[in-house]
Amino acid sequence: MTDTTAQDRSQNAERARTLIRALGMLPVLILLAVGFELLTDRFMTVNNLSIVTQQASINVVLAAGMTFVILTGGIDLSVGSILATAAMGAVIASLWPGLGWLGVPIGMGLGLFFGLVNGMLVAYVGLPPFIVTLGSLTAVRGVARLMGADTTVFNPDLPFDVIGIGSVAGIPILAIIAFAVILVSWFILRRTVLGTWIYATGGNTNAARLTGIKVSLVLLFVYAMAGLMAGLGGVMSAARLYAANGLQLGQAYELDAIAAVILGGTSFVGGVGSIWGTLIGALIIAVLSNGLILTGVSDIWQFIIKGLVIIVAVALDRFRLQGGART
Amino acid sequence: MNSADSKLQDNDALHPVLRMHDIRKTFGAIRALKGVTISAWAGEVHALMGENGAGKSTLMKILSGAYTPDTGGEVLIDGKAMPLGRPEVSKAQGIAVIYQELSLAPNLTVAENVFLGSEPSTRGVIDRRRMREATAPILKQLGVTFGPGTLVAGLSLGERQLVEIARALSTSARIIVMDEPTTSLSERETERLFEVIARMKAEGIAIIYISHRMEEIYRLADRCSVLRDGAYIGTLSRDELSAEKLVAMMVGRDLSSFYKKEHNPMQTSRDVVLRVEGMSDGRLVKGCSFEVHRGEVLGISGLIGSGRTELARLIYGADAATAGTVWLDDREVTPRSPRAALSAGIVYLTEDRAALGLFLDMTIADNINMCVLESDAKVAGIRDFRRAAARAAKALKSLAIKAPHARINAGGLSGGNQQKVLLARLLELNPRVIILDEPTRGVDVGAKSEIYRLIDELAGNGMAVIMISSELPEIIGVADRVLVMREGSFAGEVRGAPGRPLNQEDIMKFSVGTLAQTAPDHQAVVAPTAI
Repeated sequence: MTDTTAQDRSQNAERARTLIRALGMLPVLILLAVGFELLTDRFMTVNNLSIVTQQASINVVLAAGMTFVILTGGIDLSVGSILATAAMGAVIASLWPGLGWLGVPIGMGLGLFFGLVNGMLVAYVGLPPFIVTLGSLTAVRGVARLMGADTTVFNPDLPFDVIGIGSVAGIPILAIIAFAVILVSWFILRRTVLGTWIYATGGNTNAARLTGIKVSLVLLFVYAMAGLMAGLGGVMSAARLYAANGLQLGQAYELDAIAAVILGGTSFVGGVGSIWGTLIGALIIAVLSNGLILTGVSDIWQFIIKGLVIIVAVALDRFRLQGGART
Repeated sequence: MNSADSKLQDNDALHPVLRMHDIRKTFGAIRALKGVTISAWAGEVHALMGENGAGKSTLMKILSGAYTPDTGGEVLIDGKAMPLGRPEVSKAQGIAVIYQELSLAPNLTVAENVFLGSEPSTRGVIDRRRMREATAPILKQLGVTFGPGTLVAGLSLGERQLVEIARALSTSARIIVMDEPTTSLSERETERLFEVIARMKAEGIAIIYISHRMEEIYRLADRCSVLRDGAYIGTLSRDELSAEKLVAMMVGRDLSSFYKKEHNPMQTSRDVVLRVEGMSDGRLVKGCSFEVHRGEVLGISGLIGSGRTELARLIYGADAATAGTVWLDDREVTPRSPRAALSAGIVYLTEDRAALGLFLDMTIADNINMCVLESDAKVAGIRDFRRAAARAAKALKSLAIKAPHARINAGGLSGGNQQKVLLARLLELNPRVIILDEPTRGVDVGAKSEIYRLIDELAGNGMAVIMISSELPEIIGVADRVLVMREGSFAGEVRGAPGRPLNQEDIMKFSVGTLAQTAPDHQAVVAPTAI
């Protein structure tokens, strides 16, 4: 009798822990939203929330790709530069008469290409991810500037601008794309063999090798995925702006993407984390930016507050889990 | 020795240096300790035994102040009650615990590590000279060859252990707890550690020694206490010690059939399943050839560093061989990767399950299914969770893995259960050949006997089993035939025969080289005299 109740209780406790773990940073997101509503009275309007999701969408896509990489214990610093290159490619291709839609596959293809290069260097040459992507952060940025001869390219008649400005039933297409990316990522991570291999590789690379997991393939995939997502982000960005600039576009985007993943509770050493956490992390960053603008905080203070909130939120998370999760 | 005896007597009239009385500890609904009382005298080695999860570590964490026990119990130092749950108090009372996972900073010097956290300083500036000068005599006392300025990164595991001990001595510890200190030590390092323990004893330090190894208990312990399921079972004095008694106390039942050998390789066919020819890696393995038969348990013995694990990894394709072939049923399969070995039907259980085997943050079910994910996936690599759950549930039952269900993380299991999870993963593949590298390392007695029974059963079903082990009683109890490795090649083979069981001494002699049998090109697969 006592045994079964004790077991029930421990199972309940375990379920509660799982729930808390799954919820992760959701309470923080809700708190921020409520706080900004109280402060400004303008936050929780349909119009503003639509703007927030649009602003969040590109970072959600980048952060989804980043989640794959960080789950294997790696890092991709080059996504901002890849995004710029992809946007340049997309806008330039959109100027081709009659073939302007090709800008979409070309942008994404460029992203995939650079992702594959990163992946090859990490998986088959065996270089550390930080160094490989630090190199491509700079080199790919150079490629982006080269493509437009270091100028801004415009296309006021962008054939695929619907991606950037359209909406379905009031929901921006940008947000729909971002959510679709999250769903696809969830499916890959949680429902496929490859997804299990990604967690296994990040959790224990040596064991993964000895278990017959194709570790190199896993690594190639995650960097290719991050690159492809950066390419998609580039297309989305081009579609919003009708323009791209190889020098300025996507600067420091990789940092926001990494911040979203970490806020989402994904372990920095790999093996632990979820794509839903990443979504919430990216939304927190977007809500924070939007809310601070609404409250009229100066640009400089926005930086300081954003940075501090990220640190405090993660610190609270660690405290709450009491060492249950490793950084 | 004299001084120790006299000290022991001096204290005898007074109090033991340590007495833990009626210690209880509950974690939620789990009663980890149910009123444990033990004591230790100055200059005594008091061994503490018990299965994993018996409460040894919890008890020691209460001693070190890491845990606060439930109210009621007390810890007396020299007869005086010590405030509990405060690490700094425990430290000040001269209690030092040396944990299994060493806690040294590899990039610092020996002296810096010895004084880590209590660096001597003048106005905030570290006094390195004082540090070195204070460390040198301690190292001398321990009889080590390295100096205070040596980087810890360059030291072997055994030497690091000695640095930990030096740290304990530097705080003038009077009670030192060692938690399975020899797990990762070589024979020679173990020997050195035992000398140090003897010296510390002579100086009147009380040592609480946690170990699973009977031989060490025999050798070191003045008394041995046994815990089981958080309860104190009893204490045996040195002359009462016997393996049967201790094992019976630990598991609460008689283990007369501890090693079980019911499979009979002589009766099954003499078909060669696995043949390895001239395996070399150009460094640690030098031209090893052998055969394993259907239904046979082949033991591979030898000292640590003799190349046993390296040989196994070559056969499994985990490392690149410079020469050598692997044949399965007379077909060459020589795997170039673990993946190739797995698909050929050769599986390998690693000796280091946490670092090289398990995915601690993943569920038991995922861990068990890791090798069959692909073959179970029907469409486009989409996982079949129903099948995975069924496999896991079956394995939990058939291997008696103690877990409420398969959805908890493997990291939460005890050593024995983790080992069973790894075994379950390999068995899901229905292998032809299974290579077990130290299958019972860090596993408690109960799980040990279950693993032996499993090995026996696998061989009985016709699998070819290769078992690498450093524990001689184990290899003799389980294997049908033992190959002994020395310096990268086989020094000889030991066989049993009706009426003449495998002999521990023969193995030892081959291992250390007093009974060499190495022919130049024909690498000694010759039985000594047995058959």
